[in-house]
Amino acid sequence: MKKNENTPHLNRRGFLKVASATGVAASAPMIFMKDAYAAKDFRNDPKDSKTVTLGFNVPQSGPYADEGADELRAYKLAVKHLNGEGDGGMMKTMKPSMLKGNGILGKKVVFSTGDTQTKSDAARASAKRMIEKDGALMITGGSSSGVAIAVQGLCQEMGTIFMAGLTHSNDTTGKDKRRYGFRHFFNTEMSGAALGPVLEKEYGKDRTAYHLTADYTWGWSQEGSIKKYTEAMGWKTKAAVKTPVGAGDFSQFITPVLNSGADVLVLNHYGKDMVNSLTQAVQFGLRDKQVNGKDFQIVVPLFSRLMAQGAGENIKGILGSTNWNWALKDEGSAAFVKSFGAEYGNPPSMAAHTCYVQTLLYANACEMAGTFYPPEVIKALEGFEFDGMGNGKTEYRAEDHQCFKDVLVVRGNQNPTSQFDLLEVVQEVPRAQVEYKPELLGGELGPYEV
Amino acid sequence: MMKNLIKSNTVIMLIFAAVVLTAPMWTAPIGANYPDLLQKFAIFGIFAVGYNILFGLTGYLSFGHAAFLGIGSYTAVWSFKLLTMNVVPAIILAVIVSGIFALIIGYLSLRRSGIYFSILTLAFAQMAYSLAYSVLTPITNGETGLQLEQQDPRIIDSMFGVVVTDGLPSTNLFGTLMSGYSGFYVAAAFLIFAFYISLKIFRSPFGMKLLAIKSNQTRMKYTGFNTKPYLLTAFIISGMYAGLAGGLLASIDPLAGAERMQWTASGEVVLMTIMGGVGTLIGPLLGAGIIKYLENIFSALNKSELTEIFSFMPEWLQTIVVNISNVFVGEGWHLTLGALFMLIVIFLPGGVMEGVTKIKDFILGIFGKGEDNRTAEIEGEAK
Amino acid sequence: MDAILIQLLNGLDKGAAYALIALGLTLAFGTLGIVNFAHGALFMLGAFCAVSFQKILTISKKVKDESITFFDAYKEQPYLEIWWGDTGTAIIDYAVPLSIIMAIPVMLLIGFIMERGLIRHFYKRSHAEQILVTFGLAIIIQEVIRHFFGANPIPTPAPDVVSGSAAVGAFFGLNENLVYPWWRLIYLVFSAAIILAVFAFLKFTTFGMVVRAGMADRETVGLLGINIQKRFTIVFAIAALVAGLAGVMYAPILPPDYHMGMDFLVLSFVVVVVGGMGSLPGAVAAGFLLGVLQSFASMTEVSSLFPGIDQIIIYLVAVVILLVRPRGLMGREGVFED
Repeated sequence: MKKNENTPHLNRRGFLKVASATGVAASAPMIFMKDAYAAKDFRNDPKDSKTVTLGFNVPQSGPYADEGADELRAYKLAVKHLNGEGDGGMMKTMKPSMLKGNGILGKKVVFSTGDTQTKSDAARASAKRMIEKDGALMITGGSSSGVAIAVQGLCQEMGTIFMAGLTHSNDTTGKDKRRYGFRHFFNTEMSGAALGPVLEKEYGKDRTAYHLTADYTWGWSQEGSIKKYTEAMGWKTKAAVKTPVGAGDFSQFITPVLNSGADVLVLNHYGKDMVNSLTQAVQFGLRDKQVNGKDFQIVVPLFSRLMAQGAGENIKGILGSTNWNWALKDEGSAAFVKSFGAEYGNPPSMAAHTCYVQTLLYANACEMAGTFYPPEVIKALEGFEFDGMGNGKTEYRAEDHQCFKDVLVVRGNQNPTSQFDLLEVVQEVPRAQVEYKPELLGGELGPYEV
Repeated sequence: MMKNLIKSNTVIMLIFAAVVLTAPMWTAPIGANYPDLLQKFAIFGIFAVGYNILFGLTGYLSFGHAAFLGIGSYTAVWSFKLLTMNVVPAIILAVIVSGIFALIIGYLSLRRSGIYFSILTLAFAQMAYSLAYSVLTPITNGETGLQLEQQDPRIIDSMFGVVVTDGLPSTNLFGTLMSGYSGFYVAAAFLIFAFYISLKIFRSPFGMKLLAIKSNQTRMKYTGFNTKPYLLTAFIISGMYAGLAGGLLASIDPLAGAERMQWTASGEVVLMTIMGGVGTLIGPLLGAGIIKYLENIFSALNKSELTEIFSFMPEWLQTIVVNISNVFVGEGWHLTLGALFMLIVIFLPGGVMEGVTKIKDFILGIFGKGEDNRTAEIEGEAK
Repeated sequence: MDAILIQLLNGLDKGAAYALIALGLTLAFGTLGIVNFAHGALFMLGAFCAVSFQKILTISKKVKDESITFFDAYKEQPYLEIWWGDTGTAIIDYAVPLSIIMAIPVMLLIGFIMERGLIRHFYKRSHAEQILVTFGLAIIIQEVIRHFFGANPIPTPAPDVVSGSAAVGAFFGLNENLVYPWWRLIYLVFSAAIILAVFAFLKFTTFGMVVRAGMADRETVGLLGINIQKRFTIVFAIAALVAGLAGVMYAPILPPDYHMGMDFLVLSFVVVVVGGMGSLPGAVAAGFLLGVLQSFASMTEVSSLFPGIDQIIIYLVAVVILLVRPRGLMGREGVFED
């Protein structure tokens, strides 16, 4: 077990700004303001250590375990590349880049891993372990928005940078955005903006949609965004029904769709829920139906290749959006797929891509800042523009820490040429089309110094 | 004489307090000496000790105690949001509110016994979980969990003129911050207090009556003894313990998630108690420690760390050992948990505590005091 | 009206699954006095019988996709198709129903081994210990399955002929648009057949008579010199088989994953207890009742009136029934009340 001798045992708010109030009556409440560290004295400062520790917090059990395993593979690959081993992957295609392949700021990168269990509590406990015990300087990973927001909040408290993994809810960089949290993955707003025009082109303006929505924050966020963009182009929304998470059998929600008069079913589900609801919707013959003289269609706004495998044949021809796909032909994607494929024998998932990129971006920001001191690293990341990482020209917007880049609209492949060839790219929606004003989603980033 | 001294409450409490407060030192060799895990040991220790008051003494197997933990957490976070960042009102309110819920749920559930009781408690807890996750989102913030916000009113704090300008305020106990090691010591103090109450209950006439209900409720009833108030009191006390644990969880880390109330969380405390030793004073604590240790440390081990641990072995042996043990750590930590459950219950029906007793007997047996010891045990039980 | 009819079908279908799982559980409860937390895992193992049978049938010749050079991407063609052409394709298509042939001996064997190796030693132990040991076993079974099959759900489609929907409405002379998936109808019929078979077995065979006597009064039956041990083993194996078959047939509806058993575990306990401990008809009735109520609670007409009702309906009904009827629908006095 690793021990970091440098872990400061002093609390970060070591002393108080509010005048010491020992004499005040016992009931007097006191709030302790966050004090600034004396210049560049910060939690888990590697100082003279030869290594720097990153914390990879991924789901290793529960429904997203396979996705978590893929994220972990990507992280290990990123660490290899950062330390100058392997073929370098996207480090060669990333521009601008200050990465030299000698670790970060000359320190070798090591890592610790943990299991989020896709539960807020467990994820926070695991992140705390990495920060308090293993001396992690940055936390990254996760496969759901609830976990991302919970860990992001913790990282703000601890003054540790959090590079979110797969999280798609608007809240992560909206209502619940944090100064110490950064998201490379896209969100439901961008999914809606990207999918809308494609849906219009494929299915026309005169459609009636029926939403089945996973009954939690991400589901609502997704439903809201899709409604917003489809209604703007003239679609009607027949109904939006909430389904319990992990319902398993969705028959009681699918049957009302049959004779509702709707001709599009939007499944705002992810993971197991998506696999089950899609499989069952197809069994109920929705895709063979004709309604209002049009072919009935099913849309899955957030598509993941890894998860789509579970639905088998049923995904064929179904439209959705995705952050990234291994079949992209640009230089960065090709380099990444090549080194990931050579290492593990299969192509990376979109979660793996995001996690790999996030690690490189953090490392590069440290190089740019010339220090590990988080406020400086944050400033280096804010507004950072880069290219060659698989989604075209990308910007980490300073106002909300959301990455803006091209979004992929994909369709379940009718004739896959291999077991990995499940999604075909319909359109690479340019960044300009999915951009929105930061004020749209609200929220408050909070302070640099904690 | 010596025996009586060891059995006396004061001595037990002194030893217990010393062991708990020195935890940061003696957990170092097993890599558990960091604030978060130590806090979890203490808090889940409270939870399990409280659960044992119900299950260990009365034999009533509640499958819904996590609901009280969750309710305690939500109450505490709301107290931080609305009243003050001081943890005292938060914890007091958490205990009171969960006590009220325990009264209602207990009153209804205790109309049945055996497995019917278990399922009733399970049903209440699952309802609480499902609602908190979905329709009660305005109160619970659903999947994300209830969090602090800068613009929260904090009435009492603002009355004293404390203004938060930058970032989120922190929870504190009259100035002592609740994060890090100070958080552990606060939780440890509560654990010692909770353990003391539990010890008192175990050795009180009330505790004896509960035990009598466990051994034969029908006979108790025939003697004209109304068992219900006793059972309900035990249920409420253990619910309040859970509320205390929930309030402490929220105090140390002000976020309350719905999954704290799921049946798996209720199941966890049942497993902790059974694994440690039902009805023993220390057992549930040990169970809580073991399960939390596995969850936090075993899930974090990976191959390179294992290689480091077994580096003292010759290389061929090291490779074999690392490859085998690798199955049980990291993503395989559930496997270890499952195997441990089975091994303990098969070989030590009384939980870990039975193992401890066996070892004690064995050691005393070597010195020829086995007989003496057993007499003392009987005496202790009869007391 | 149509909506109600179709929700009734949904509910019966759900109920069929609940009833099948609860049936095995209550058999183990009632006869052996065992609280089996590994019962959900047995259901999951059944589903994975279908998965592995399908995998065996589709062992494939892999044709490398030459356009991909970084890793091995294949287009797969099952050997069965290569050797037997259309016949092979047809056999693969029927993988799920055919896997029953494999599931029967496998599940009986698993049940046999479990009872002989573990459960038998826990008849006299407390329920708490039974829970701990079977829960531990369930976790181990899950992790083993995950080790071999991963955590993602695995598509296990029904045969092509029955993958579509039946025109139920037209059959009953109602709305033409009223359709219901064939496979779900098959599942319903299959469950009814299994339930009847188990009842008939217990009712009309001597073996069943002894088992029922054992459920009523274990001690006396033991005193009569009947070898109750051997029968217990068989009963447990049957319980495992029923759970397994429920899993096999459910695979096309719910693509199996390693965790599916846990998701059903709590629910099936609620069903058994609502039905009343030790009562087989009670378990079946409770299964169907809860399934149907769950379906109706999800109708927008209902859930807009009581928000969130679809999430908690099962537990709410359980609470109400247990408070009104002390021993569930058909439970007997004194069973599992201490």
